[in-house]
Formats: sequence, C-alpha cells, structure tokens
Amino acid sequence: METVWFILVALMLTGYVVLDGFDLGAGIIHLLVAKTNDERRLVIRAIGPVWDGNEVWLLAAGGTLFFAFPPVYASSFSGFYLPLNIVLWLLVLRAIGIEMRAHMDNQVWCDFFDGLFAIGSILLTIFFGAALGNVVRGVPLSKDGVSFAPLWTDFRVGPQPGVLDWYTILSGVVAFVALALHGAHYVALKTEGDLNARTRNLAKMLWPILAALTLLSLFATMYVRPGVMDNYRNHPVSLLVPILVVGSLGLIFTSLKRGDDFKAFLGSSTYLATMLVGAAFALYPTLLPSSSNPSLDLTIHNSAAGQYALQGGITWWTAGMAVAIGYFVLVYWLFRGKVSIETGEHGY
Amino acid sequence: MEDALFIHRLHFAFTITFHYLFPQLTMGLAPLIVVLKTIAIRKNDERFNEAARFWTKIFGIDFVLGVVTGIPMEFQFGTNWAQFSKLTGGVIGQPLVMEGVFSFFLESAFLGLFLFGEKRLSKWGHWWAAFMVFVGSWMSGYFIIVTDAWMQHPVAFTRGADGSFQVNSFIGVLTNPWALLQYAHNMSGAVITGSFVMAAVGAFYLLNRRHEEHGRIFLRVGVIAGLIFSILQVFPTGDLHGRYMAKHQPATTAAMEALWKTQAGAPMVIIGQPDVENQRIDNPLVVNNLLSFLIYGTTAGEVRGLNEFPRENWPTNIPLLYFSYHIMVGLGTLFIAVMSVSAFLLWRRKLYESRWLLWIVMLCLPFPYIANTAGWMTAEIGRQPWLVYNLMRTSEGFSRNVSAGNGIFTLLGFMGLYTLLAILFLFLVYREIDHGPGSAIAALGRTASKLTGSEV
Ligand code: HDD
Ligand code: HEM
Ligand code: HEM
Repeated sequence: METVWFILVALMLTGYVVLDGFDLGAGIIHLLVAKTNDERRLVIRAIGPVWDGNEVWLLAAGGTLFFAFPPVYASSFSGFYLPLNIVLWLLVLRAIGIEMRAHMDNQVWCDFFDGLFAIGSILLTIFFGAALGNVVRGVPLSKDGVSFAPLWTDFRVGPQPGVLDWYTILSGVVAFVALALHGAHYVALKTEGDLNARTRNLAKMLWPILAALTLLSLFATMYVRPGVMDNYRNHPVSLLVPILVVGSLGLIFTSLKRGDDFKAFLGSSTYLATMLVGAAFALYPTLLPSSSNPSLDLTIHNSAAGQYALQGGITWWTAGMAVAIGYFVLVYWLFRGKVSIETGEHGY
Repeated sequence: MEDALFIHRLHFAFTITFHYLFPQLTMGLAPLIVVLKTIAIRKNDERFNEAARFWTKIFGIDFVLGVVTGIPMEFQFGTNWAQFSKLTGGVIGQPLVMEGVFSFFLESAFLGLFLFGEKRLSKWGHWWAAFMVFVGSWMSGYFIIVTDAWMQHPVAFTRGADGSFQVNSFIGVLTNPWALLQYAHNMSGAVITGSFVMAAVGAFYLLNRRHEEHGRIFLRVGVIAGLIFSILQVFPTGDLHGRYMAKHQPATTAAMEALWKTQAGAPMVIIGQPDVENQRIDNPLVVNNLLSFLIYGTTAGEVRGLNEFPRENWPTNIPLLYFSYHIMVGLGTLFIAVMSVSAFLLWRRKLYESRWLLWIVMLCLPFPYIANTAGWMTAEIGRQPWLVYNLMRTSEGFSRNVSAGNGIFTLLGFMGLYTLLAILFLFLVYREIDHGPGSAIAALGRTASKLTGSEV
C-alpha cells in the first residue's frame, strides 16, 4: 500500500511539473519572445484559462503527501521554512501578474505586471529545481525526523549542506532551461506568425544547452549520491527510463527541425516526466534521505499514515482524480487551437 | 520557545483571517449569481443578465485574491505547525486532500468555463457552469470546516504508540456533528456577506442616481437574501451551535460569557468588560436567567462557570474571546434589524425612496466581514489552550525547528505583501463599481479579460 501511495505522490508531482511547467516556461520566455503589447496578451491568453487548474496539481500533490506520509510533509516543509515561504510569495506575485494585467489600459501598469509574471516564473523554476536537488542529495535530518536547512552555507555538498549548494543550483538551472524549452513549445503551439517563429528559434537555441546540462546533472548526481544507481542495477528493465529521456530529447530535436510544435511539446513533456520518474525510482523507498546518516532516512515504511487511511483512500482518491482529469480533458478541448486577439468568439 | 509559539500563532491567525475575507464573498456571491441568472432565463429579462455579469466581474477579482491567499494556508500546516501535522496528518490530511481533489479541480475548471464561456455555451450551459462554481466553492468550504471541526471536536480516530492520530472511519470524520452545525452557520454567514455587499452597492447607485435600474435589482435580491440568512444565522444555526458547544466545550462557553461561578438561572451579559484578575465584569448590563434559558430552554438550567475548570485549561485570552463573541452576536442582531426594516419598506414599495435607510444599508457593508471574522476568532480562541480539543495543546504543535526570528521574518513578509494585495483589491473593485453594469457587449468583453489578462 505504501508503495502505491509513493507512486501516486510521484505521479501528482509529475503532473504538476508537466502541466504548470509550461505556464512557468511561458513566463520565463515571456519578455524575451513577446515584443509588442498584443503579443504579450497572446502569451497570457494562451495560459489564461488553464493555469489555475494546473497549479491545483501542486496543492493536490502537497495534500496527497500530507495524507499518506504526514511526517515527511511536516519535516520537509518546516525544514525548508524560508525557501518554501519565498516560493509562496513568488506564487502569489506570479498569479497577480497573470491576472491583474488586463484591468487597466495603461503601459506602465501592463509592464509592471508582465515583469511580476516573468520574475516570478524565473525564480520559481530555479527554486523548484533546487528543491528537487535537495531531495535527491538529502537533508540534515535529526533523530526525531526534523531538519532545518540553512538557505546556504559554503555551497559545498557535505553532511550539513545548505538548501543552495553547487549541486542544487545546478538542478535549479536544469529545471530553468527544461521548463523554458517546455514553455516555448507550448507558446509556439498556441500562436502563429512572428511570435511563433521567435519561440521556435529560442527553442532551437535552448535544446543543446538542455542536452548538455542533462548529461552534466547525471554525472553530478552519481557523484553526490553514489547510491542512486542501486535500484537501476537491481532492476535492469528500469534502464528504459534513461533511454526514454534520451529518446525524448531526440524527439524534440527532430520535431524542431521539422517545425512540428505539437510533437516537440510531447517531447518536452516526456522529457520532464521521465526525468522525474527516474529520480523517484532512484529514491524509492526513501522519501526524504538524510545527508549524514542513511538510518535516519524518512522512508515509506517509517512515515506512512495508518493502513485504514491508505487502503480506503485509494477508492475515493482515484475516483476523485479520475473526475478531475475529466475536467481537464473538457477544458483543454474547449479551449483548443491557436489563440488570437482579433476574433472575440474563437479567442481561445 | 514560548516566544516562538506566540509568533507561530500570530502568523497563522493573520494569514487565515486575511484569507477568509475573500472566500466569504466568493461563497456568498456564488449562489446569488445563480439566482440572478435563473431569473434572467425564466423571465427572459436582459437586465438580470447584466446584473449577473456585473457581479461575475467582482466575483472574478475576489476569487483571485482567495486563491493567492489560500495557497500559503495549505502549506502552513507543514511550515509552522510541523509537530501538529506529523501527529494529526493521519486524520486531517484526509479532508485537506479531499478539498483539492474534489473541489479545487472542479472550481478551477468551471470557473474558466463560467468566465469565458458565455458566448460559446448555451444559456443553460452557462447557467450550469455558474452552478458548478457555486457547488465547488461550497464543497471546499465543507472540507475545510470538517478539518476545523475535527480540531474542535475530534471523532473517528485511534492513537498510535507514538501519539499520532489515525483515522478509523472516513465517513465518521465527514459527518462529525460539530462540522454539520458549524458548516450551516458558517455558510449562512457567507451569504450574509454576499447579500450585504450586493445591497450596499445597490444603495450606493440609488443614492448616487446612477445605474438606478440595476441598483434596484441589487437591493431587492440583497435585501431578501439578507433577511432570510440573517435570521438563519441566529436561529437555528447559531443557537444549535451554541448549545452543542455548551455541552462539549463548557469551559469555552463560560469564558465567552465571562461566567465565573457555576449557577442555575445564569444571567447573560449584554455589555460589560471582563476583569479576569478579579473575576468580575465592569459596567455590566445583564439580563437575568437568559443564559440558562438559551442553553437549556429553561431558566432553571445550571451553567458551569470557569471556576469549575482547572486554570491551565481556561482559554488563554478571555477578554478577546469575550469581545469577539459579543461583537458577532451584537452585529447579528443589528443585521436582523436593518434587513427587517428594509424588507418591510421593500414590500410597501418605499425602500427605493427612503434615502436615510439606503444610507444605513450602504454603511453596513463592512459589518458582515467583521462579524464573520469575530466568529472565527471566537471559535479559534475559544478552543485554546488546545489545538485538538482536550487531546493536544497548542504549545505541542508548532514547528520547534523554526525559530521566532524566522517566523517574524515571514510574518512581516506576508503583512507587507497582503497590504499591497488589499490596496490592489479595493482599487480594482472600486473601479468596477464606478464603471457599473455596462452594456451587454462591453461587459462581456471585460468579464472575459478577468482571468486572462486580455480583452475579447
Ligand atoms: C469556509 C470557508 C473557507 C475557509 C475557512 C478556508 N477556505 Fe480556503 N477557500 C475557500 C473556502 C475556505 C473557497 C471559497 O472555496 C476558495 C476561495 C477561492 C477558491 O478557489 O476557493 C478558497 C481558496 C483556497 C485555496 C486556493 C484554491 C485554488 O488555487 O483554486 C487554498 C489552497 C485554500 N483555500 C486552503 C485553505 C486552508 C488550508 C484553510 C484553513 C486553514 C482555508 N483555505 C480556509
Ligand atoms: C477562516 C476562518 C478562520 C479564522 C478567521 C481563524 C482564526 C484563527 C485565529 C484568530 C487564531 C489564533 C488563535 C490564538 O492565537 O489564540 C487561529 C489559530 C489557529 N487556527 Fe484558525 N481560523 C480559521 C479557520 C481555521 C481552520 C479552517 C483551521 C484548520 C483547518 C484552523 C486552524 C488553526 C490553527 C492550527 C491555529 C494555530 C493554533 C492556535 O493558535 O490556535 N483555523 N485561527
Ligand atoms: C446572534 C447570533 C449568533 C449566535 C448565537 C452565534 C453563535 C456562534 C457560536 C456559538 C459560534 C461557535 C464558536 C465556536 O465554534 O467555538 C459561532 C461561530 C461563528 N459565527 Fe456566529 N453566532 C451568531 C451570529 C453570527 C453572525 C451574524 C455571523 C456573521 C455574519 C457569524 C459568523 C460566525 C462565524 C464565521 C463563526 C466561526 C465559524 C464557526 O464556528 O461556525 N455568527 N457563532
């Protein structure tokens, strides 16, 4: 049962990264690719009807973690107190940036909220990447399962690391580039003309950087946590995951060449999903590793909620998520196609 | 440590109180918008559609603020109340994840359709989207109340060897009698906010002699709903809730009333300042026997006073609790009075000309917010010193690894950020009110721009 919930938490997070990932990515490239006021409106309109729903995946992922593994939720959220609060502020600012822009027809106003949207998105992706890096690297856990990581120490990976060290910053940069690319594909998919051409060009520039960073981060991870390969060694089938990562990078490359925005978007979605699944698989059965002593790790065995909750939860949780996915299909279908600002009726 | 505890409490109190300013209008306006849309379709009256669109705009702005201030709440259990989350997550994790899975997904999806779909959906299709938004927001209200009610009145759990709480019946948690009472009371309070705001804007238009056609619609709907729910707020919901509380949290009831000595025929203090040191009330105005009567239905009922309970189990801030409770009840009485007079004049067709009353209705706008906030303060301060009533103290729940300094830093951050949000909110809402319910086409375009940052 614990394993099922481990998988569900991982899937929820993956869903969040793939879905809200393109909203964040759109924010990262927003000021870069959209030059005129109309183009900026288009970018925001492309994510307008869906970003809030996408963000609910984060809430639901957090909620699912809380429900299934309360000590992990408690320990990681309080341990990352300061960075997490900064993330919350950024989430607030980004949402305000998206929503408030159109309320006034005024250059300064629009520029201000565009800026909030872009800065919020950029910093959020770096923090999210760094957070994932922290989970892979391990955090200073004490005996009663609490941790408190300073924001930074000496930027080195030791038994008492800070939230930001060279490894987690590297993860942040990987996330930043990966989501920028993902967002570029999405914006390209939803737009036409100049804006579309500019995003495609940007994606072509980002691709080699991402490929190089992916390789680099793989070696870095093996160096920081030699244990990551254990699960792969014990289950050779799982080598499919890295193969898929490479395959998705390949798919992005060829689709960019052919100008197939949809396939490129599929490629970056697969890339993100397989990277996360790969990381989750390497960690299993640990949820939050200790950086000093493996016996202090929080695992699915020492931190799961009661059996009744976990068993019964499967029923209503799955039913609820099935319905939720139904809403998503409905909304994406209704708002399918390119966005434009000329027509009122088919604006989305 | 004492110090850190205080900061964490203040942190939670500030952020939740600010958050709740927005959901109460969301939940209160949603059913009223459905009513407006229903009338528009049944009577085929375009003015009601315009009215619905106008409130949809306000709703959209309010909703955004509810979302951005709600997200920090979801995480704060982990950041500031780690011990509490670790031990009780096995129970309260359930309603919290249910809220996400069952209602936030629903709300976010249908809100998109509701705000952008008026042109592409049929009349009834759009009505349906509005209705689903209403259902979604009321469902999320239920799950959060279930969470709070479990802390007030824990049910359906077992305890593990490490002191952790584990749920043993999902249904048991969801049908906690405390939750049902609290929900009825709280939702009625939300509709009061919605109807008072609607009526106040209507009064503002009539007093200003602008948009009078729509102003009259707002007043009519606001006053009728306001009267119904002001009454429901006190009776039966407030009454039942109070009696249930007297049974299960007797020390809290005693503190709310500042009743020191156990007595039959206990009096009810209408006004007066509690003096905890000397255990008396200064400048009191009391009605004899009333408290016993309200709780037991007979003046002979014996109400237990604070002296019966060990001092360490007394609520920690008795004066604030007492005042919160009295402010809530006092305003509840005022609401019934204002709405009864307005409804009477509405019925006699004199309301729209009675400028003195329109002034009063308009100036009542902030009061439902104050009453709802005071109500929550009553509930939460009354629960002290317990985090989970009788089972876990507040001092056992906070994140011991987060120092007071860290807490102050983020508290100040939230205060600054929320101040800006409040200014932005008031500014944008005032602009919409000033602009008024415009022509159908213009209004639609502006509505669609709400969530996207663009105009149609
Ligand atoms: C009785 C009503 C009520 C109360 C007491 C609370 N909320 Fe709330 N909340 C709502 C009623 C509501 C709502 C009306 O359902 C909102 C407003 C906007 C929305 O999406 O739902 C909402 C929004 C909202 C959101 C944003 C959802 C989104 O992104 O769409 C979150 C994460 C929370 N709330 C979480 C909380 C938590 C953790 C609370 C308590 C500690 C809390 N709320 C108190
Ligand atoms: C929206 C309405 C709510 C308001 C206005 C509100 C208000 C408050 C206030 C004023 C306090 C401080 C009490 C004190 O320090 O003495 C508090 C504390 C707290 N409340 Fe609430 N509350 C609300 C809803 C909730 C809900 C729904 C929950 C749980 C799901 C909750 C959980 C807590 C916790 C954990 C604390 C901190 C511990 C404490 O000091 O009691 N509150 N709240
Ligand atoms: C005179 C009439 C009223 C009575 C007798 C009454 C009674 C109560 C009682 C006993 C509580 C419980 C406190 C606790 O749970 O510890 C409560 C809470 C509350 N009240 Fe009232 N109330 C009245 C009027 C109002 C009004 C007018 C409003 C707002 C419009 C309001 C809003 C609330 C809210 C939001 C809460 C906190 C949530 C809850 O526990 O339901 N109340 N009320």
